[in-house]
Order: sequence, then C-alpha cells, then structure tokens
Amino acid sequence: MKKTAIFLLLFLIPFLDPNSYHIEILATAALYALLALGLNIIVGFAGLLHLGYAAFFAIGAYTYALLNLRLGCPFWLGLPLGMGVAGVGGVLLGLPAVRVRGDYLAIVTLGFGEIVRIVVTNLEPWTGGPNGLLGIAHPVLGGFNFGVDSRPYYWLLLVLVGGIAWVCARLRRSRIGLAWAALREDELAARTLGINGTRLKLLALGLGGGIAGLAGAVFAAKQGTITPDSFDFILSVMILAMVILGGLGSVRGVILGAVVLSVLPELLQGFSTYRMLLFGIGMIGLMRLRPQGLLGISQIRRELQRAAS
Amino acid sequence: MTPGDFFFQQLLNGLTIGSIYALIALGYTMVYGIIQLINFAHGEIFMVGAYLGLAAILLIGKVHPGLNPTAGLLLTLLAAAVGGGFLGLVIERVAYRPLRQGPKLSVLITAIGVSFFLQNAVMLVFGAQDRYVPPLLQVHRWQIGSVTVTLMQVIILAVSIGLMAGLQRIVYRTGLGRAMRATAQDPLAARLMGISVDRVIAATFCIGSALAGVGGVLFGLTYSTINFHDGYLIGLKAFTAAVLGGIGNIPGAMLGGLLLGFLEAFGAAYLSTQWKNVVAFTVLVLVLLLRPRGLLGERVAERA
Repeated sequence: MKKTAIFLLLFLIPFLDPNSYHIEILATAALYALLALGLNIIVGFAGLLHLGYAAFFAIGAYTYALLNLRLGCPFWLGLPLGMGVAGVGGVLLGLPAVRVRGDYLAIVTLGFGEIVRIVVTNLEPWTGGPNGLLGIAHPVLGGFNFGVDSRPYYWLLLVLVGGIAWVCARLRRSRIGLAWAALREDELAARTLGINGTRLKLLALGLGGGIAGLAGAVFAAKQGTITPDSFDFILSVMILAMVILGGLGSVRGVILGAVVLSVLPELLQGFSTYRMLLFGIGMIGLMRLRPQGLLGISQIRRELQRAAS
Repeated sequence: MTPGDFFFQQLLNGLTIGSIYALIALGYTMVYGIIQLINFAHGEIFMVGAYLGLAAILLIGKVHPGLNPTAGLLLTLLAAAVGGGFLGLVIERVAYRPLRQGPKLSVLITAIGVSFFLQNAVMLVFGAQDRYVPPLLQVHRWQIGSVTVTLMQVIILAVSIGLMAGLQRIVYRTGLGRAMRATAQDPLAARLMGISVDRVIAATFCIGSALAGVGGVLFGLTYSTINFHDGYLIGLKAFTAAVLGGIGNIPGAMLGGLLLGFLEAFGAAYLSTQWKNVVAFTVLVLVLLLRPRGLLGERVAERA
C-alpha cells in the first residue's frame, strides 16, 4: 500500500514540478537505480564482487543502437533484445570468471569491463570507434514519439525500476534467493547441501547483466548518441558505490543509494568547481558514519526480529 | 633500423615503462600483502606525486635557477617521496583505519571517495588541461648501433633498482620489516608479540605511497606531460602488474611490472598501438584464470 502510494507520487512529479532540469535529474537517478538493482543481484544477493558492470550497460546500449541503425529495429523490440544479449554476455563472461573467487573475481571482472570498452572503441566499422554512434531512434509508443523531452523517459524508467524492484524483492525470498544467500555466506556449506554454486552464480550474472542491458537500451534511445566514454570503469565503480552505500542486498537501500549518489552532485552544483571534491569527502564521511550502508543492518535486524517472533 | 635493433629498442622502452609500473605495483602489493586490501586510491597517489614533482621543478626554477641539475633531480624526487608518503599516511588514517573492522566492501567506497577528492583537488590547483613538465636535465642520448638510449631511461632504471633494493633490505633486514612480515602472516599473533600493528600498517602505506610518488616524477619527466586523470589508467596497469607477479609478493610486483612493460612495448610495436591497452587487460584476465596466484605468488587457501 505504502509502496504503491510512493510510486504514484513519483509518477505525478512531472505534473507538480514542470522544471525540465529537475525531471532530467530524476530520470538519471531512475536509470542509476535500475543499474543498481541489477548489480545488487550479483553483488548483494549472490555475493560476487563485480567491477566491470558497465560492460553490460554498454552491450545493451550498442545492441539496440546497432539493431536500430542497421536494421531499423524499433525500440520496443530492441529493449528485450538488448536485455537478452547483455544477459547472455553476463553468462558467457561469467563462465570463466566464476572459477575464481573474492578479490580475484573482482579483478577478472574489472579486466573484462575494460576489454569490452576497448574492443568497442577499436571496432570502428561497427561501433563508430571513439566517436560512437549517432542518430539512434527515440522510442515511439502508439504514434507518440518520446523525442528529447525527459518526462516520457522518466515515466518509462520509473515503471522499469518499479517492476524490477518488485521482481528483486520476490527473488530474494524465493528458493533461488535463499540459495544465493547460502552461497554468499558460506559456499562450501552451501555446496554440501546440494546447491549448484556454478549454475546459481551464472544465473545471478545473467540476470544482473540483462538488467544492465535493459538500462543500456533505454539510455541509447534517450540520448540518441552513444560513445565508449559513457561506459568506463568509473561508471562501474559508481554503480557499485550506490549498491554498497545503500546497503548490500537491500532492494530499497540500493534504490536510495542510487538516488543519493546521482542527486547529491546536483545539489552541490552551487559549489561549482568544488562539487566533486565535496562529493569525495561526502562518500568518505557517509561510509565512516554507516559502514554497513544506509539501509543495510537495520533491514537484516528487522528480518531477524520477524523470524524470532 | 635492423630487426634486431628494433627488438632491442622495444626491449629498452618496455624496461623503462615497466620500471615505473613496478614502483607503483609495489605499493599495491605491500598493502594487499599486509591487510588484504586493494588500495584503489593508490593510482591517485602516483598522480599527486607527478604533480608534486612538477611543483618542485617550477619552484626550483624560480627560487634557485642555477641549481645543479643532479641536485635538482634529487630534491624533486625527495619532495615527491615525502609528499606521497605523507599522503599515504593521511589516507590510511582518515579513510581506511576507521573501517578496518567494518564490512570489507565499505573500504572500497572510501577509496573511491579519496580518488575523487585527490583528482579534483589537483584539478583545482593545477588546472584540468595537460601540464608540461620541463626537463630537469639536459636531454642526453647515446647511440648504440641504431638503438637510442636516453639519460632519462638510465636514471629511471637506476632509481628503480636502487629503491627496490632498498625496499628488499627494509623488509628482510630490519625490525620494521620483520614486524611487517609478522603482521602479514597473522595480525593477532603479531599484536600478542608486542608489535604495534596499527603503526606497521601505517608504515606500509607510507613506504608504498612514497614509491608511487617517485614513480609519478619519473613518469612526468619521461612523457613531459601529465594530467590529473593519469592516476586511473597507470594505477590500473600497475595493479595488473602486481597481480601478474602474484599480489602480496614483493619480488613478484617488480617482475610483473617489467613483464607488463615488455608486453606492452612489444604489443604496440608488433601488433598495433590501438590495442596496446587490451594487451594489459588480456594478460590480467588470463593470469587470473590460469594461475590466479600470479607468477611468484604462494599457493593460498581459497579466499572467500
């Protein structure tokens, strides 16, 4: 009930606040929330530290862009295809990567992330190289072209975030979610209980990758232009920061983390050149105050209480 | 240029950049070896070191223009080493120590915060555009056949070898080094033996950061331009070098740095410069998949 009310309120914001700049910020925050939800499946649920998540975002964006520019594929077909290709990419890159653990996995994924970006930059005939791809079609829904206005994208992203968050919350409490938790807390014990670790890890990577691909397709359609620079390591790190800041594994937390980290720099706009400097200090300060993330421990504590009563 | 000379020229180029990678890789590997932390802000310390070197060169030029170039070089290296070491101490104290008992990933966030802070602080002080680093010494080169050896390359090699030998001495021949090795093996047991673990960790950060600062100066003098963004890519490559050699292993970091330098130089020369950076990351991924402990790393129990 409360969630539906919040969702409706967020949906109505563009009517209450006509400032297009504000809506653009919100649309960006929603895009990050989508990415954070996807990475949360990998890092928060399955406990796989991934440092190359931007690669899946890039795969989704380039999949839609290429399908659209070469074959005239419409957005609504490109969206699931972008998601599918990125999901398959997640599984394929995961196949070798799940053989290593912990910090080593983090480094392998970091390497994959960079390799995808450099390959995209260097495959000039296909991807336009460093200049990227131009003139990607905006979505058209029943004769209405989304165009360059932020509002329709904000609504679309809001629906996607709401839907994915709903799925994630259920996923976490499902048999799969519980198996992920077992795997994350103690892999050896989980395996002795007959949990197929490899298959579950690949599932997390595929789902997480797919969600990033979804976000990538929306991003490409919204911008109309994509360049490899949009998918660098810093992006992977920022999304991870949102997940950790919000609270690993908490669906509400990572959405909050995404909103905080994408809106905070805008709020600091008044400090102009000192903005990112203060942002850096803010990240250190927040982590020192709440090392477990904004909604990390409190949520788990609530769950424990619920289980005890 | 004969194919043989070309080969030696690339070997020399690889040796030069590889030595710089090795100096930075040492900081990653020392910190990882002692507290299993990947210090993601380490690349920025290297970058700050490069700018400290620039500031020192400019200052020397203003205050004491006639200074002997060798003395100037030593002063510049010293400034970057002291500045880098001090920065390492501050970062450890402010961003890492308070979170050492907390969740492991939270340190990653503070490291990113430190990176943002340092990048933007340098950008505010020195500007966002590339900065030219004036040469400290006269450009001097020797021709051996058609292979060119520059004075800078010789200096880089000498400084790197000197520092690495010094580090090896500290780690294996001093009380501090023994305390460091003890802490790396078992922090609790080390504490019970009367070792001030906090101080040992701080010293590790300090030494690693000083080496990165020196690496920054050498990088600036070799390539003549520096940018506040340089810390990221060079840091990542140095990290690759540390992993290649076996993270946590000091001789491994040196070996890994040099190998990566060679691979890049030959990759750029015989394949294409465009794919130069792919070489580094492909190596990284392959090493981790085929031999995750790196070339010289000891076999560790599976770390979750």
